[in-house]
Amino acid sequence: MLSVLIFLPLLAAIVVAFSGANAKKVALIASVIEFAYSVCFYVRFTPTGGTQFLHSQSWIPQLGISFKVGMDGISLLLVMLTTFLVPLIITASFRREYKSPGLFYGLIMMMQFALIGVFVSLDAFLFYIFWELALIPIYLICLMWGGQDRLKITLKFFIYTLAGSLLMLVALIYLWMQTPGTHTFDLQAFYSLHLSSGQQSWLFWMLFLAFAIKMPIFPFHTWQPDTYTDAPAPGTMLLSGIMLKMGVYGLLRWLLPVVPQGVEEWGMTAMILSVIGIVYASLIAWSQKDFKRLIAYSSIAHVGLISAGVFSLTMQGMQGSVIQMLVHGINVVGLFFICDMIEQRTGTRQMEQLGGLRTTAPVFSTYFMIIMLASVALPLTNGFVGEFLLINGVFQYNQLLAAFAGLTIILGAGICLTPIVKLLLALRVQRHTISPRLSFPKKPFSFRSSS
Amino acid sequence: MKTLIILTSIGLVGLFSEIFRIRKILLPVVFIGLIAAIATAVGDWNTNVSYYNDMMVVDNYSLAFSITMIATTFLWFIMSSGFFSDDSNNSDHFALIIFALIGATLMTSFNNMLMLFLGIEILSISMYILAGSNKTSLASNESALKYFLMGSFATGFLLFGIALVYGATASFNITQIAAKIGTGDLQSSWMLYTGILMMMIAMAFKVSAAPFHFWAPDVYQGAPTVITSFMSTVVKTAAVAAFFRLFIHTFAGQPHMWHTTLWVISALTIIVGNILAVYQTNVKRMLAYSSISHAGYMLLAILAMNGSAGSSLLFYAIAYSASSLASFAILLTVSGATGNESIESFYGLGKKNPFVAVMVVISVLSLAGIPPTAGFFAKYYIFATAMQNGLTPLVLIAIAGSLIGVLYYFRLIIAIFRDGDNQAVTPAPLFKVVMVVAAVIALALGIVPGLVVGLL
Repeated sequence: MLSVLIFLPLLAAIVVAFSGANAKKVALIASVIEFAYSVCFYVRFTPTGGTQFLHSQSWIPQLGISFKVGMDGISLLLVMLTTFLVPLIITASFRREYKSPGLFYGLIMMMQFALIGVFVSLDAFLFYIFWELALIPIYLICLMWGGQDRLKITLKFFIYTLAGSLLMLVALIYLWMQTPGTHTFDLQAFYSLHLSSGQQSWLFWMLFLAFAIKMPIFPFHTWQPDTYTDAPAPGTMLLSGIMLKMGVYGLLRWLLPVVPQGVEEWGMTAMILSVIGIVYASLIAWSQKDFKRLIAYSSIAHVGLISAGVFSLTMQGMQGSVIQMLVHGINVVGLFFICDMIEQRTGTRQMEQLGGLRTTAPVFSTYFMIIMLASVALPLTNGFVGEFLLINGVFQYNQLLAAFAGLTIILGAGICLTPIVKLLLALRVQRHTISPRLSFPKKPFSFRSSS
Repeated sequence: MKTLIILTSIGLVGLFSEIFRIRKILLPVVFIGLIAAIATAVGDWNTNVSYYNDMMVVDNYSLAFSITMIATTFLWFIMSSGFFSDDSNNSDHFALIIFALIGATLMTSFNNMLMLFLGIEILSISMYILAGSNKTSLASNESALKYFLMGSFATGFLLFGIALVYGATASFNITQIAAKIGTGDLQSSWMLYTGILMMMIAMAFKVSAAPFHFWAPDVYQGAPTVITSFMSTVVKTAAVAAFFRLFIHTFAGQPHMWHTTLWVISALTIIVGNILAVYQTNVKRMLAYSSISHAGYMLLAILAMNGSAGSSLLFYAIAYSASSLASFAILLTVSGATGNESIESFYGLGKKNPFVAVMVVISVLSLAGIPPTAGFFAKYYIFATAMQNGLTPLVLIAIAGSLIGVLYYFRLIIAIFRDGDNQAVTPAPLFKVVMVVAAVIALALGIVPGLVVGLL
């Protein structure tokens, strides 16, 4: 039952919220059960079977709103990514003590509930509810456990994303009004609408803005670096690992099929914005001094490439974007975990103050290196396939844009080699003192390589 | 009708309770009476009877709003029963509240201009007195005087409007006026035109829509907080419901005479209410501005003029009343502990009292219109209804307003997670009841909106 998969995390959230000091363990157990359960779906899934595990139940029949869920290949992959990453994220935070852990881990489970809901909804209203619902726990996580400037930053984040969402709501209501008969929010009904190209072009922007802000695509990205930097590590991982995918998923599920002519008309603009984002964010990332901020900006570059792949409207581009969503989710969570480990032990994320980790923590450094290289998409790492397909797709669409998008390979290498050089190799141990208590154990604890 | 008789009896019992020294049992009598009133109203469902030569029509619309307002008053009594207890005029206040409720009930069921006028006056005069019920406070006195002067001014407009509409249509009866207007003979009647505009101004005054909202912040802030909470829930619901009934049942035949004007009023109300609320540091005043902006959203239902407009207005009124009452209960709790109503008094509430903090989060989310609360569905429903009548530009303005709304509503959420002093904040048990009931309504209606959506 797909509904069980959706509501299990909600139930877990309530249990976790009241389990006090044991919240971590309860949350971990619950998320592992959830993962195991999602594997059952993976096993039972037939790759050529279209949308499966359909479940439909009328919810607000007067307004044509139903609780309709189901999974196809893209949904399945993203649900698996979610259920896989959440236990990892919880494990990654095991060493840290967050105040009021019940609430903290409860919110994480709540977040998982909303994210899974987003990926399996086949009813626009339901989709919107889950989409918004995902925003509240992450907002509270950033607000209550975030860094110095959290008050302003989280409000900016919330308003930014809410603005996009509300525009999307208007678009969805408009689409609902176009459906025949007593109106329905069913996705299939949206697919079979006959909209004029004028309607499609403004609907495109309403929907695109919501997704572009969430991902984020240049120039709607300004909330992202601050929020990523300021959020507590599990929050950043949730934001970058999974929540960002909501935007890409929205493009694939709700934008392209519903307003194809709009995409035809404005796809080039979206593509150019994505490519600008790649180059721009890469350049900024390169010059960052704060390691976490560097990852945040490089994430904008990555997601720019993913969205460029989507808008290339080629088979390779689409496939690449789906693969890259999965891979980016895993890699970026790994990177933020590394960043958190470093910060926890040395008390700083400033790369200038760090160095020589290779000598103090060789095993850790190896893992670090592997994930970093995966993030650059070196052949034989998980990042390569997706990035290759993506650039291939963009190349088929427009060669000039592909040339710029391809800069990501060079710039990406620059971005990733900087921390490798500064953190692992350079001998700046004198600049900060690693107290013996805080030093790295020979074998990094609880770190399962996720690449 | 029985509902009205029961309410009147409670009001009279309240008035005479001082003479017969039954003050102590007054509160139970009020509670039993309100429950009985709700029960009879529920019993009248789907009957659609008119009374007194068509002066009043009790239809589902009026019943639904009456029940909402009586239930809100019930919650209000739970919340504020202790507020006047040390005041010798306790029973008078109770009686006045009940009379205001009677006026509110009339305003939802009138079928004659005279009844509308009576309803508005019964409601308003009770509220003028109640606004000044804190006799020793200068602000409360000022609030009452301001309310009275401005309110009577609006009443003047209302009477002028009624007279002009009567001049054009030769009737006070809503059904007959609507029939006359529907024929199209009065297409270019300046008398009707002016009459409708004047009535609109008066009603805009009563719902505190911009640019007739200037009285609202001062009155809301000056009046005792419990009275403010009554004003911003029951009084507002009654005014909007009457506005809707008047314009949809009576003037819908000639939308060109009022639609554009009301469009502008609605847009202005949303913008002004939300933007000015951002600059408030006093939470009570902020809630006053927020209630102005909510009036703007509710006006969208009138502009929508279609089948589900009444239903969406009802949903909005319920969602808004519940969350608004909860936010005032919270404000009373917090300001009672810290002695002031500024935003700073909310600092650190998350640590001081997690229960109240959770209630703040739920009611603020609902007021701001964030899923899964009733406030979100209310906004969605009213926006969808409005868009069906081609009001997309106005809906976009309303959405911009909601975004600005997040700025100041979330200031409360942010405040409770800031560091604050260690002064204990403990809500009275009765306040807890109100908060919990409101939170349950906010969540239940957000998750199962079908409970109310199909009613009208």
